[in-house]
Amino acid sequence: MENSRTYTYYPGCSLQATAHAYDESMQAVNKQLGLTFNEIDDWNCCGATEYFSVDALPAYSLVARNLSLAVQSNGSQDLVAPCSACFLNLRKTNDYMSKYKDLNSQVNQALAAGGLSYEAGALNVRHLLDVVIEDVGLEQIKTKVTKPLSGIKVAPYYGCLIVRPETGYNTEYPTHLDELMVTLGADVVDFPMKTHCCGGHMTQISEETAYELIRRLLQNASDYGADAIVTLCPMCQLNLDAYQNEVNRMFGTNFHIPVLFFTQLMGIAFGLSENALGLGSEIIPAGPALAKIGTVDEQKTRERPKRRDKKALPMPSMDSGGNE
Amino acid sequence: MSEEEKIGVYICHCGHNIAGTVDVEGVAEWAKSLPNVTVSKDYKFMCSSLGQELIEEDIAEQGLSRVVVAACSPHMHEPTFRGACSRAGLNPYLFEMANIREHASWVHQDDGEAATEKAKSIVSGAVSRARELEPLEPFRAPIDETTLVVGGGIAGINTALEIANAGYKVILVEREPSIGGHMAQFDKTFPTLDCSACILTPKMFDVGNHPNIELMTYSEVEQVDGYVGNFTVRIRKKARMIDVDLCTGCGDCWERCPAKVVDTVYEAGLGYRTAVYRPFPQAVPKYPVIDTESCIYFKNGRCRACEKFCPTDAIKFDQEDEIIVTSVGNIVLATGYDLFDSRRLPQYGYGRLANVFTSLEFERMTNASGPTDGKVLLRDGVTEPKSVAILHCIGSRDKNTNDYCSAICCMAALKFAHLVKEKTDAEVYNFYIDMRTAPKDYETFYNRLMQEGTHFIRGRAAEVTDAARKPEEVGKLIVQAEDTLIGKQRRIPVDMVILMAGMQPRHDSQEVSHRFGIGCSDAGFFNESHPKLDPIATMNAGIFIAGVCQGPKDIPASVSQGAAAASRVLSLIGKGEVEIEPVRAHIDEDRCSGCRICNNLCPYNAIDFLEDLAVSRVNPALCKGCGTCVAACPSQVIDGQHYTFNSIMSQIEGLLWDVRPNGEEKVTFQKTEPV
Repeated sequence: MENSRTYTYYPGCSLQATAHAYDESMQAVNKQLGLTFNEIDDWNCCGATEYFSVDALPAYSLVARNLSLAVQSNGSQDLVAPCSACFLNLRKTNDYMSKYKDLNSQVNQALAAGGLSYEAGALNVRHLLDVVIEDVGLEQIKTKVTKPLSGIKVAPYYGCLIVRPETGYNTEYPTHLDELMVTLGADVVDFPMKTHCCGGHMTQISEETAYELIRRLLQNASDYGADAIVTLCPMCQLNLDAYQNEVNRMFGTNFHIPVLFFTQLMGIAFGLSENALGLGSEIIPAGPALAKIGTVDEQKTRERPKRRDKKALPMPSMDSGGNE
Repeated sequence: MSEEEKIGVYICHCGHNIAGTVDVEGVAEWAKSLPNVTVSKDYKFMCSSLGQELIEEDIAEQGLSRVVVAACSPHMHEPTFRGACSRAGLNPYLFEMANIREHASWVHQDDGEAATEKAKSIVSGAVSRARELEPLEPFRAPIDETTLVVGGGIAGINTALEIANAGYKVILVEREPSIGGHMAQFDKTFPTLDCSACILTPKMFDVGNHPNIELMTYSEVEQVDGYVGNFTVRIRKKARMIDVDLCTGCGDCWERCPAKVVDTVYEAGLGYRTAVYRPFPQAVPKYPVIDTESCIYFKNGRCRACEKFCPTDAIKFDQEDEIIVTSVGNIVLATGYDLFDSRRLPQYGYGRLANVFTSLEFERMTNASGPTDGKVLLRDGVTEPKSVAILHCIGSRDKNTNDYCSAICCMAALKFAHLVKEKTDAEVYNFYIDMRTAPKDYETFYNRLMQEGTHFIRGRAAEVTDAARKPEEVGKLIVQAEDTLIGKQRRIPVDMVILMAGMQPRHDSQEVSHRFGIGCSDAGFFNESHPKLDPIATMNAGIFIAGVCQGPKDIPASVSQGAAAASRVLSLIGKGEVEIEPVRAHIDEDRCSGCRICNNLCPYNAIDFLEDLAVSRVNPALCKGCGTCVAACPSQVIDGQHYTFNSIMSQIEGLLWDVRPNGEEKVTFQKTEPV
């Protein structure tokens, strides 16, 4: 492969369990994009979303152990995590150890007990989506698309974790996943709740709270006519998919919105088989939504813009929007 | 020669500013040990009349031939002390200033010892340099009595009128087809709610008809050369495609024009205009322009409707840009501001959610001559809102966009709240961080709005969505914010949202600042000469600034600054001539090889090549003494007056007084006993 790129890789627990479809589709897509991921030996849990609020120092130390092992692997300085919680915890620990001397020395003291150490800032922790968009690039991705996703309306769901560290993307209203989906040929709907919370582990503590948060997201995606929700976080995928029927029961709603990983949709657009992408393991079947691919394309291109209502005021043009 | 110089050194306490950190008595005592120093004293305030008299007395009694004052920046008080030397009969260019405030005490406040050592080095450098100074005479040049004012908003209009009314010529250059600026877009002005057009248009009319004002609209300044009193400017008058000598402004052309486009300038995107257009009825001048980008004839060669219907044959499709080169004595920049682009904050929905409006759109909406004839309506153009949220600080006080306060938005938001209440039955919610209503009578207006029943919620809005959670939110825009006064999250469903977008420097303000040779801040606002005592002049003599191009401000402040700039220009004109610093480059023509390297490097085009003699020569009127050619000359035959090779090398040697080559021991200061 002409543009082969190698990364140090932290899979996290989800990708080996509930989100194995994320893992499978990522591996399949990586082959297409020429990305090689070298998994860290003997990695441990990142602490997920809870441990930091229970006991901060062990939580940081737990994460720093992974950073230390990643450096020992002597691979790329870019450490990739596909899970948003892992990404946030690794990046935060790396960043805070650089910023706060006390934390740095305490964590290193803890690491020393296991014969390890970590020089803060030695690694650059990145999310899989960032690697795909920044390093591979949308143009390169476009050349791989053999089956454009035209006809399917997707709601890009970022979740609340990926937007927390400063990464250069818009943290209030990110659009990079939207752009990737457009590149794949999908119809992207506006999804104002794109960074709202999915409930996280509240499903285990307070169903009512969690299900209401999930309901809001499903309602919003459905209001905008989304056929599917596309996400980049195993937690988000699990909550919206696995608890959708529970939500329907609790609120008397009737949502059937499949929740897919962006790598699965990339794989489909690249013409890979559904088997290779872990499709079929989702609880809300993606079949009906995926069947729409390639159906309404022609009609859409022929659609003429509606004539302007004489009284209506013009909408602002979005052509020059964004950065000046 | 220099061995015979008698140098006086004066160390200023500047109250606690310097003396609080630097051991001023110690430095003064130490300076006595420097070669040629005859007198060395410290004093509480050297800039006071007593401090200056101290210098004058010592020159007279001790026969000082050089004076060094170690105090603040030469920007502040170099002229003061040069004046003192002059009065005592010493050539003012034999004075040298050492900056031990900005360069030592202020930046090393936590380390007095280091600051004191640094102050000694600075003083030592200044003394060494003073030894090499030569007497110079300033140039005198007459002042051209014509003034260029750039920008025809309220600040520029006021500047132009003040100068013109005093009897002097003004050239007023405006980029848009009409003068008036942002103020012409407003309906009401805060806090008095008087009609913006009613107070502005008489002034616009005066500008258009003033015998002393030459108005150039649809024009831009492309190049500026020269120096205070004697600038040469190159102005591009863009082709209007209209013969203004024939045009009567009747309007037949734009009434017949079939090309309609959204007017993103005057109507702020809320209304339409034709390809041939006059921005608004009271425009000055009254002549339209053809926007060639949207004109059908310029796109595909057909149409010419305006030409057919023009009763005076004033449409000229073949008109070309005109270049005017003229000389002016002073320049006032009043180039105004751009509105912050709310699309940069998509979480507030502008451009995505139809009923989110910007502040400028709302100004147009409430304007009786605007797209809705002054009615407050939703984007559909028919429905009146029953509730309106006004979001403060959009693109202001936010480190992600602009970290400064835009100064006017709180008051404008109050004005909007009042207008909504006046024109509709809607409930109004203001989401603010702090209410900033400082100037005269503004707080009264705030109190009035609270009496009127506007809701104030202290908390920057987090987002605006149409994602309903409850039945009463369906079909509404929901504003989510943390109400920091009650410590709770609030969701308020409304029909309309107004974003109080902040003021930004013009998108090309950096470029303009380079063109006029003035500085601008990181944000892009033009730098004033002094933030408190001279917010009108710039570091480039003869170039003044007024209005929002210098920083966010409201109409009264812009008007005041415009008048102040006019007064500064008039006092220069009144003097008749300017003294110009004799800090110039000089080429030793006998040794010049004629390589011409300096010719192209000179940023002021001040170096001519004399073909007959095959040497380069500096035009002292254009030279600003920047030293670029001095450094670049491969034959080292260019000398900068007042910054000669010798004076700079001596200053460096002086600065390094305690360093010896070959690792010899550092020379430590031995305090001499007072006599």
